[in-house]
Amino acid sequence: MSDPRTNHSRNGAPATLYDKIWNRHVVSDLGDGSALIYIDRHLVHEVTSPQAFESLRLAGRPVRRPEATLALVDHNVPTTPRDRPIEDPLAAKQISLLRENTAAFGIAFLDIDDPRQGIVHVVGPELGLTLPGLTIVCGDSHTSTHGAFGALAFGIGTSEVEHVLATQTLLLRKSRNMRVRVDGTLPPGVTAKDLALAIIGAIGTAGATGHVIEYAGEAVRALSMEGRMTLANMSIEAGGRAGLIAPDETTFAYLEGRPRAPKGALWERAVADWRTLASDPGAVFDREVVIDAREITPLVTWGTSPEQVVPVTGRVPDPDDFADPAAGRAAAAALDYMGLEPGTPIEGIAIDRVFIGSCTNSRIEDLRAAAAVFRGRKVAAGVRQVLVVPGSGEVKRQAEAEGLDRIFRAAGCEWREPGCSACLGMNPDKVPPGERCASTSNRNFVGRQGPGARTHLVSPAMAAAAAVSGHFTDVRRLATAGGV
Amino acid sequence: MEPFTTLVSVPTPLLRDNVDTDLIIPAAWLKTVSRKGLGAGAFESLRKRPDGTPDPGCVFNRPQYRGSQILVAGRNFGCGSSREHAAWALADLGYRCVIAESFADIFASNAFKNGILTIALESADLARIAADAEAVRPVRVDLAAQTVTTADGTVVAFALDAFRKHCLLNGLDEVSLTLEKHAGAIAAYEEAARQRMPWAIGG
Repeated sequence: MSDPRTNHSRNGAPATLYDKIWNRHVVSDLGDGSALIYIDRHLVHEVTSPQAFESLRLAGRPVRRPEATLALVDHNVPTTPRDRPIEDPLAAKQISLLRENTAAFGIAFLDIDDPRQGIVHVVGPELGLTLPGLTIVCGDSHTSTHGAFGALAFGIGTSEVEHVLATQTLLLRKSRNMRVRVDGTLPPGVTAKDLALAIIGAIGTAGATGHVIEYAGEAVRALSMEGRMTLANMSIEAGGRAGLIAPDETTFAYLEGRPRAPKGALWERAVADWRTLASDPGAVFDREVVIDAREITPLVTWGTSPEQVVPVTGRVPDPDDFADPAAGRAAAAALDYMGLEPGTPIEGIAIDRVFIGSCTNSRIEDLRAAAAVFRGRKVAAGVRQVLVVPGSGEVKRQAEAEGLDRIFRAAGCEWREPGCSACLGMNPDKVPPGERCASTSNRNFVGRQGPGARTHLVSPAMAAAAAVSGHFTDVRRLATAGGV
Repeated sequence: MEPFTTLVSVPTPLLRDNVDTDLIIPAAWLKTVSRKGLGAGAFESLRKRPDGTPDPGCVFNRPQYRGSQILVAGRNFGCGSSREHAAWALADLGYRCVIAESFADIFASNAFKNGILTIALESADLARIAADAEAVRPVRVDLAAQTVTTADGTVVAFALDAFRKHCLLNGLDEVSLTLEKHAGAIAAYEEAARQRMPWAIGG
């Protein structure tokens, strides 16, 4: 009992959601808090897999269960019309190599022209591959997204991709349990993205290192699946190994009828099982953080780490005001890179570009929130480009069926094909050196959106508000058709 | 994998917190299909000026640290993206050990799988290693003894997972180990899971 890593449920003690998923996936208990853990679903993309397939080939090893893996392309794909060839030869090679590798090893592959293609963390849930209680991995740190369904989902490196392909398992040391409880309800105009940034601002980017986070409380329960995915997605920005939300009626309603979700009697049996996954009353968490949702406002990052965040109504902080000298030095370096002066009101910061997309904020609800701001408005003069990039083919079709694409185009935005786009400075969608971007993505690191790019992380509604204003604007002051 | 036993090197001082994997290797370099050659892009935004010329003030360009095999940094080293390219880039630069106050979980795992030892030290101990790094004095890492010996002979102990230590000391490949030791247990798990959670394993 005193050791948080002991197996609570097996000795009858209350267990957390994380404990329960861990316990039911133990293949071999190796003692010392480590175990060989079975992996139910493996998602593969073009960037972090070539070396894994190469190693399998060199060792003459097969993929143990090809049907447990789905591969697709997202990081490298251009978001311009799909009938054009990929100009970057290196990107084209990675994509064609994944096509060859999946064919050779018998793995399902959604190619660039597949109507279901999109960002791996948007497509997995849409297909119903993501289910409560599963273990899900991908060579991408934002795999934490799938934790929104109560699945233990986390990013792995390429050596681990190889290990999962060859053995369908991973050798893991159990993380500690951390609960983030969010009391109250989020005020109007405040979204799951603001909640994620508020949590990271409160605990820091290493705040959950060594832990799996469980998000709980009234505000989390009230989130849609889209909102829950946004929250779980940024667990890695808080340092968490994974982020979990207990499955409930919202989860089941989203999943029922999805192509790969169980059907009929098996669905009923699965749901009955999933209802037992929630953390038991009295389960022990190694750390607990309580956040009051009512105090959260729309947020904007000002620096080069997601923890460097302030309310849109606030000002750029002064490095001299930080109690921790290291944090003060980091702030000074960040302001130098960002080209910002201490004390500047956030609403006074003009922007050059806007990016609405990424595995954090490219789902239908995100696009609806942005469209509600754009409806009847124009992109401000001086804003060079507003990219709106749906997370998947399904999101794109849904948005077009609702007429959102017409709203974006009428406002002066570019409506693109699905992909990771300008989140990571890898495909043609980049922010040029020295330019400032209001972005719905997840990382504002130095050079993340391209060398010298200056990134401010915001929600989709706040990104749209910045686009139509030419500078950061509190979206709550803009009357919107959707009543944001 | 090359076994890790002892290492004597001048450490390179990268004395800052939150060194993220985008800083270690920018995304533009991730289009490779090989593990080799990433050293050329490592820490690009620090090593190069905006005009593309080398910044002579950057530690990675200073001759005193040429051939260094140990990197010293602050808190939360390797945060951000899961890209193993960060570990490959460090290995390509010649680094076999990173000493920091703390590490992001995925990076630590990736480093280990590439024979790079990550040593987490409390700030007072870290400061001794950092001082040697800044003064260009060599330190000695002994994995079997789990110690770092500073230039003045001070011995600093570090903690390490027993399994990782065993693999690093012997240069073992984890996939081979799992298949040799656990193939039967994996098959037994799958058989039981088909009854217990058919929706999970049937997918």
